Amino acid sequence: MTIKTYRQALHDTLREEMLRDESVFLMGEEIGVFEGSYKITAGLLTEFGEKRVRDTPIAEEGFTGAAIGAAMLGLRPVVEIMTINFSLLALDQIVNHAAKIYGMFGGQAKVPLVIRTPGGGGQQLGATHSQNIELYYAFVPGMKVVAPSTPADAKALLLAAIRDDDPVLFLENLALYNTKGDVPDDDTPAEIGKAKITREGHDLTLIGYSRMAYVARNIAEALAESEGLDIEVIDLMSLRPLDRATLVESVKKTHAAVVLEDDWLTYGIGAEIAASISDGAFDYLDAPVRRVAMAEVPMPYSKNLESAAMPTNDDVINAIFQTLEAVGRRLKKIGQSHD
Amino acid sequence: MIEIKMPRLSDTMEEGAVATWHKKPGDRVEVGDVLVEIETDKATMDYEAYEAGTLSAILVAEGDTVAIGTPIATLDNGKDSPPAAPEAAAPAPAPAPAPAPVPAATTAAVAGVEMVAPRPVAPANPAAGSGADGHFASPLVRRLAREHGFDLSAVRGSGPGGRLIRADLDTLLGAPSGPAPAPARSIARATIVSGPVVDDKRGSQEVAVSKARRVIARRLSESAQTIPHFYVTAVADVELLSQMRADLNEQAPARDGVKVSVNDLIVKAVSLALREHPEVNASYLGDDAKVMHLHNRVNVGVAVASQHGLVVPVIVDADLKSVAEIGAETKALAAQANGKGLSIDQMSGGTFTVSNLGMFGVEEFTAIINPPEGAILAVGATLREPVVVGEQIVARQRMRLTLSSDHRIIDGALAAQFLRTLTNILEHPWRIIASDN
Repeated sequence: MTIKTYRQALHDTLREEMLRDESVFLMGEEIGVFEGSYKITAGLLTEFGEKRVRDTPIAEEGFTGAAIGAAMLGLRPVVEIMTINFSLLALDQIVNHAAKIYGMFGGQAKVPLVIRTPGGGGQQLGATHSQNIELYYAFVPGMKVVAPSTPADAKALLLAAIRDDDPVLFLENLALYNTKGDVPDDDTPAEIGKAKITREGHDLTLIGYSRMAYVARNIAEALAESEGLDIEVIDLMSLRPLDRATLVESVKKTHAAVVLEDDWLTYGIGAEIAASISDGAFDYLDAPVRRVAMAEVPMPYSKNLESAAMPTNDDVINAIFQTLEAVGRRLKKIGQSHD
Repeated sequence: MIEIKMPRLSDTMEEGAVATWHKKPGDRVEVGDVLVEIETDKATMDYEAYEAGTLSAILVAEGDTVAIGTPIATLDNGKDSPPAAPEAAAPAPAPAPAPAPVPAATTAAVAGVEMVAPRPVAPANPAAGSGADGHFASPLVRRLAREHGFDLSAVRGSGPGGRLIRADLDTLLGAPSGPAPAPARSIARATIVSGPVVDDKRGSQEVAVSKARRVIARRLSESAQTIPHFYVTAVADVELLSQMRADLNEQAPARDGVKVSVNDLIVKAVSLALREHPEVNASYLGDDAKVMHLHNRVNVGVAVASQHGLVVPVIVDADLKSVAEIGAETKALAAQANGKGLSIDQMSGGTFTVSNLGMFGVEEFTAIINPPEGAILAVGATLREPVVVGEQIVARQRMRLTLSSDHRIIDGALAAQFLRTLTNILEHPWRIIASDN
């Protein structure tokens, strides 16, 4: 084990995989000379050369398409799209080509492509640069979408994504890059499609992914300390395939769930989670599944408004308390901070 | 003073059971008032007062069976003095108790019926959805209530909007079920009906078996033990049938407002198939008989799971009736079966029976012949299934039909031919309607 930042874990894993497998190469805007907008690819151009660390023009559709072609012919491209917002320019390549080629052409060509891209607001980057639109890709059969929330999971899921023969959208998060944690030294990949119970508990199931999985863990720990609550936390890890079994089993135990997401509520991933719980654990629910998401607005630039639009710790705590109240727990703190 | 005696309500009746008293001691009775419902071997019938007066005593409690002619109540018509206290012989049932304070309150008790259950009360889902009084319960609570047989109407909900939540069951789940301290699991279990547990290991309680249920049991045993049944199954493609039914029902308001069910169409199709194969519309009379009966009339019984158990009302001359007529008649009979009950006449004279469990999603099953009939048809659900048509796999709506036949008069080939005819009619459904003019 080594303590690393999420950013460092990603960097080290990319480097290790490039050393391990010559077919792994990187493409993206400013990943070479500039060493990446978030410095994930720092030093890699020097070490591996221009053939394997390719700076591209500002043309997402073009370089994503080029990477798909390379993947079809046997290479393992890892594309960095500077933020997930820019992936919209490559939407057709991802949705209509990467996701469909394997099935549409009867398995003649695989597309072992990884698209690394960070989402997340809170950096005052405005409405067009602060979105969480991983749902667009999680919606599409043929894609895999993973979303680690810790440095260790970032490593394990990136290993899995690079070694997977299907196109994988690898969701990072601006707010997580500097978080630290233990990272195993061995290279055991995660199993794509498995959620992780990051904290066991009996009172309620708190579900999140990416930044909100991190928030969920912290809040569960804080409430255990301050209120004596025993909350189970699930980190989805993978949005497609979605590990419904783990969610259902947990809710069968706790009888209540709160789902956290950084994106918009309407038609969001939380809706899919809530429906899955209703399908699989209806007869075990003692309260409706509650969702916490951001405000239904384009993300404001102003710091105050941006903070107000994003789901806050208080929003999460209120949702937890309201759900626990609905199942008969009496909690003195309810309403103090918000009502 | 008049003695009211157990009446003879049918030729074969030897004894009768008191199902429900409509009057209680002290009630004024007018001529024609329904005094009591009597359950015979075949049906439950109202028994009306022939003279006016005041009901002075009930001598036979609900659920008890006595021979014809036995006094069941006394009526004071003001002409005589009451006889020496007959109450001691058979105590009148107590008036309906107030809602029982104990959680073990039965479903029956809550419905306002006396605690002496005249019929086996199935542990009907006591918490299905929400009551008319806005009694909401969380899915978890409903499941626990089903599993433990709790009556939720006595529990107050403390969740949002008065919703019953798991915490509201704490008392029920924690209340001891008997005087002796029982292990934790049985503490949590309420009893299904009032009364003692007679078998601790199974937690069994005694519930009266109704007359009707006993008749059903006896006839089914007889049938299963004495009739050599054999079973033939066929699959009908009901794509067109479903379509036709949808069309018919879409047009129903414009016609006469009668909507038809898949079962109505099947009953009519069966009756047409029976006309083509009269040997199936037959009865074996016994090993000593030198003849069997072939029936000229096609009377199709329709098995109905009524609230009072299995009953089989008969659609007389089904082959001569339109589908809409069959539908209307079946609907009325089923409603009557659930309400005051069917008359003996309405349940006799059948020549063939149709039993349909399709509405419960049952794929296929076998039924037991309803004697003296020669065969019974078990109808499964309409399912969308992959079928090979030419070189393609396509989704088609299909239904499985299983004929149980009395092998003493119906051979395998005959059963198969009958099913082929029936399948053919169902797959060319206009044949069902073509005879409808």
